[in-house]
Amino acid sequence: MIRFAHVEKAYPSGQVALRDVSFSVARGEFVFLTGHSGAGKSTILKLLFAEQRPSAGEAKVGSFLLHALAPRDVPRLRRRLGVVFQDFRLLEDRTAAENVAFALEVTGTPPAAIAPRVLKVLTQVGLAAKLQAYPRELSGGEQQRVAIARALANDPPLLIADEPTGNLDERATRGVFQLLQDINAGGTTVVMATHDLDLVRSARARTIELRQGMVAYDSAVDEAAPGGAP
Amino acid sequence: MSLVWREALRAMRRAPLLAALSVTAIGFSLFSVGLFGLVALNLREGLRRIEERVEVVAYVLRGTPAETITAASQDIAAFPEVADVQFVPEDEALARARRELVEFRDAYRDLQVNPLPASLEIRLREGARETRHVAAVAERVKGFPFVEDVRYGRDWVERLDQLRNLLAVVGLGIGAVFAAVAAVIIGVTIRLTVLQRAREIAVMRVVGATNWFVRGPFLVEGVLKGLAGGALAILLAWGVFRLASGTSLKALQGLVFFTPLQRAGLLLAGALLGLGASAVSLARELRDA
Repeated sequence: MIRFAHVEKAYPSGQVALRDVSFSVARGEFVFLTGHSGAGKSTILKLLFAEQRPSAGEAKVGSFLLHALAPRDVPRLRRRLGVVFQDFRLLEDRTAAENVAFALEVTGTPPAAIAPRVLKVLTQVGLAAKLQAYPRELSGGEQQRVAIARALANDPPLLIADEPTGNLDERATRGVFQLLQDINAGGTTVVMATHDLDLVRSARARTIELRQGMVAYDSAVDEAAPGGAP
Repeated sequence: MSLVWREALRAMRRAPLLAALSVTAIGFSLFSVGLFGLVALNLREGLRRIEERVEVVAYVLRGTPAETITAASQDIAAFPEVADVQFVPEDEALARARRELVEFRDAYRDLQVNPLPASLEIRLREGARETRHVAAVAERVKGFPFVEDVRYGRDWVERLDQLRNLLAVVGLGIGAVFAAVAAVIIGVTIRLTVLQRAREIAVMRVVGATNWFVRGPFLVEGVLKGLAGGALAILLAWGVFRLASGTSLKALQGLVFFTPLQRAGLLLAGALLGLGASAVSLARELRDA
């Protein structure tokens, strides 16, 4: 599903965000990206949805070669993945249903198919009863569920979540995380950046830890190798 | 209703104050262009009225047979530059002089012999009133054997030429400056709208909307605001025109307003400015995102 080979990301200012990052994620996996602020988690996610391009190395998502992606292919890539952000990024003047429908409308989904799909994904995230609620009428956890529903609207095989529980309290965090796990159980690959180590430890999912732009630890590699985990 | 139109109208409904501000800014920007255009239009109209008086007068030798003059008149009228030819017999020339030259009325009344020659008054078509055309016609008319002399006020026609050229150059220059200022103001107001909707643009992009899909509602919004601004500009210009026409100043008598075609042109300019400003503002936003 995802393959990074010796990926580097440097900015024109000279700051290097990623150095020689290599890892692969198989279809259906759940992967945590962990590390301190500035370790490179968000940069990897931005590379995944082509918000940024690698400076060197090869990066692949599905059949899309990110290091050689033509601008016209960016929307096609993004329709094949869902993205969830820490700050939800909902449109405040639209209801939960309209926020989800918006993602379908702007990607050219036939109008007749939109309402059933909206109902399905909002039911999936447990918000069938709040279709007509505006973001301001929802709790943080509920808003993030709407954002997840929007990310799922186009039925993507890959879901990318950048600190999705960063703005949530303990209870809402558990709920949203459980939802992501349920989505993963349905076959969707999930890559989640977080610095919530309690969450990571409790989940027993694959963890890739970044330090200063490099992969410091990858549970899939290091625990399989003789000597085990650190 | 298509998504593009719906989103454009939704954006204007959601931020009516910003929409009103944009329309007002576009309206006043175009009004400055329109007002200048109106001044230029009226100056040109005034110049055209003066130009209508450009004519070549060919004085006819005494004793020229009427049939010769009639035949020549027809020949001259067939010149491509000529609008019409009028024969003024000696008697009429004297009657006209008595009527128009009041200060010489007494002198003309006491005459025993009419000193004024008959003449052919040759009026020229619009577009053939510049010096070179007038001089060419005069030269050809001079070739007729019965023509004693030809006058057309060379200095006057040349000055008219200079005035016409000056008006065109100044008009184009100032008009271009006004239009450029209007475009910048419109660009800034549309940029405000784009910034206000930055989150929406970010969401559209992240869910996989193509750049053209993102642009659509903004471009439509730009066109709608441009049209509204153009209409406002026409209304304001009409108000100024009515005010100016209502005064008793002689210089402002006979003012003309834009023709329907020119009004449509101003509306179209508004729409195009709105469209262009939106496209430029959006290009920056899409590049930044």
